[in-house]
Amino acid sequence: MADITADPARTRARAWNSDEARARTRKRYAAERRFRMYGIAALCFATAFLVILFTTIIGTGWTAFLQSKFLLNVTFAEDVIAPDGKRDEQTLRLANWDKIARTALYQVIGANEADRKERKDANELLSRGIDVQLRDMVLASPDLIGQTKPVWLLAQGNVDALLKGAIDRDIPEDRRQLNNRQLAWVDAAVDKGILAKKFNTGLFTFGASSQPETAGLLVAIVGSFFMMLTVALLAVPIGVAAAIYLEEFAPKNRWTDLIEVNINNLAAVPSIVFGLLGLAVFISFMGLPRSASLVGGLVLTLMTLPTVIIASRAALTAVPPSIREGALGVGASKMQAVFHHVLPLALPGIMTGTILGLVQALGETAPLLMIGLVAFVVDVPSTPLEPATALPVQIYMWASSAERGFVERTAGATIVLLGFLFIMNALAVFLRRRFERRW
Amino acid sequence: MDAAVAEKPARFETVMTPAEPAIMKERKPKIVTEGVTVHYGDKQAIYPLDIKIPDRAVSAFIGPSGCGKSTFLRCINRMNDTIPTARVGGRITIDGEDIYDPALDVVQLRARVGMVFQKPNPFPKSIFDNIAYGPRIHGFARNRTDLEEIVVNSLKRAGLFEEVKDRLESPGTGLSGGQQQRLCIARAIAVNPDVILMDEPCSALDPIATARIEELIDELRENYCIVIVTHSMQQAARVSQLTAFFHLGTLVEVGDTEAMFTNPQERRTQDYIMGRFG
Repeated sequence: MADITADPARTRARAWNSDEARARTRKRYAAERRFRMYGIAALCFATAFLVILFTTIIGTGWTAFLQSKFLLNVTFAEDVIAPDGKRDEQTLRLANWDKIARTALYQVIGANEADRKERKDANELLSRGIDVQLRDMVLASPDLIGQTKPVWLLAQGNVDALLKGAIDRDIPEDRRQLNNRQLAWVDAAVDKGILAKKFNTGLFTFGASSQPETAGLLVAIVGSFFMMLTVALLAVPIGVAAAIYLEEFAPKNRWTDLIEVNINNLAAVPSIVFGLLGLAVFISFMGLPRSASLVGGLVLTLMTLPTVIIASRAALTAVPPSIREGALGVGASKMQAVFHHVLPLALPGIMTGTILGLVQALGETAPLLMIGLVAFVVDVPSTPLEPATALPVQIYMWASSAERGFVERTAGATIVLLGFLFIMNALAVFLRRRFERRW
Repeated sequence: MDAAVAEKPARFETVMTPAEPAIMKERKPKIVTEGVTVHYGDKQAIYPLDIKIPDRAVSAFIGPSGCGKSTFLRCINRMNDTIPTARVGGRITIDGEDIYDPALDVVQLRARVGMVFQKPNPFPKSIFDNIAYGPRIHGFARNRTDLEEIVVNSLKRAGLFEEVKDRLESPGTGLSGGQQQRLCIARAIAVNPDVILMDEPCSALDPIATARIEELIDELRENYCIVIVTHSMQQAARVSQLTAFFHLGTLVEVGDTEAMFTNPQERRTQDYIMGRFG
């Protein structure tokens, strides 16, 4: 011992005011500063990518919320719509709606109706979906027949692309989507104020379409809604009940350990596998219809269950055991202790976890491709058993189309999907704040 | 801990049954145990333990940390049942009734044997609901007036009523530590128990709150059989009539508190009380 304390190097190393001690302190602070820098760098990196993501998507997608429309004075001529004076649905469905719209268009742009070529060029300016638009107007109020009314009618996709600057006017006419005559008409119409970009309600009211201007998200939104409903109604009660049983009641033995491990493993199974399972069980074996949002919901339920169970168990574990003991101590049964005291305290955590599970399910695409939700569905489904698509699947389908209108719609649909995800996350935060109790 | 395991056989033999304490002549025994053992998995926490605990008196369990006094306390209302690995052997009777009898309803037992924990654990509900919870689940009150009477009475007995009478609807967690602990005592009293177990009820409290609780314990002794586990020998000396000294899972000595603190029979008791270890 004596020779150790006598060693001057050791004495120096152990003294608080030596240079060595000061160097050690400096090194420690430097290490801490360096670590903070790493953290800030990581944060900047993540933020930068988030900014890039949002600028790209919003930059490409915001135009999808606007759609070019012609303001035409449409005369709902009785001799064209219903020459025999009948007003029944059959007659109205078969009427020549295109003709009354085109007549109005020829007038405003000054096209020569007698020239077949010119007529064809003019016809191409209007969307092919306008007949549905006019028909639905008259079906809603048959009094319109015989009247003349200004109506905003959808312009064709190429006109829309031109107005949004997506078509280059300088490329030669034979390779351009719109010829010189059509260009002149469009420019004149814009100058007169009868062709303009209006808010695109069609994005939220149309189903699938091969023309971008009449393609919308309604079928996908309704399908996604039905799926979320199915998941919420099945995964939440089953998941929470399973979590409560496993956490509070189940004996701790080899079987419950095995179940626990498997639940954790299920959460990590690639989602496409759940799609295959759904295809085999729900469609092939149980004979449920293909492309139905119910099947999608069931598959997403299977996928969400582990997330809900794990989140709920974590929330239940976080309730201090003193609360359970307090309840048991005054003679509450195990179930009373759980339902009167533990569950209410765990509820904010359970709800947060559940909503995050739902968010994950809302954005899921791969399993839905396996069970036929990637379909061309025009009519809005009114029950979960009818064919539908889902928001992310719609994005996937539009992303594989080449037209300019579909490119912007892909990004637009992404914005809509992100909006829904954002709303659900906000709801999760709100619910957690609202129900959080202190102990 | 290793030392404890090595000394195991010695401990087993040194369990002694002293002469009948004087208090037992004045009071009838409420809780009687015969050869109680507790195992946590393979580890034995309590070696065969015989004790008689008097009614309408305060009995204190003292001893160093890990000596098994809390474990034994939790056997008396079968709180150890909630620990999956715990096994209890031997026989514990309250008023002659075996509490480990499979036919006995453990939920009712826990209402009859109230418990106050080391850390105050009021429910995150209003003061009123904290106390009303027990009577509600047992169906003690026929109507709201009944329930209010029980709540007010329990608060009065726990000496808390004057402090909280204007804010019965405010959360119980908003009270001070000492008030929370008295709220927990009131909560236990509300279900009309015979026995109240207290597991270091003052260890999280300041001296003034501690004095208030001790006063309360002294008042409650008129009507209840109280068993208190404490680390403070002064507290044991102040509030209890019977003291039991535990060491390494065995009951070393039990006797009248005064006798224990002035004239302990066992060497280890003496050492512990003198502060030579612990």
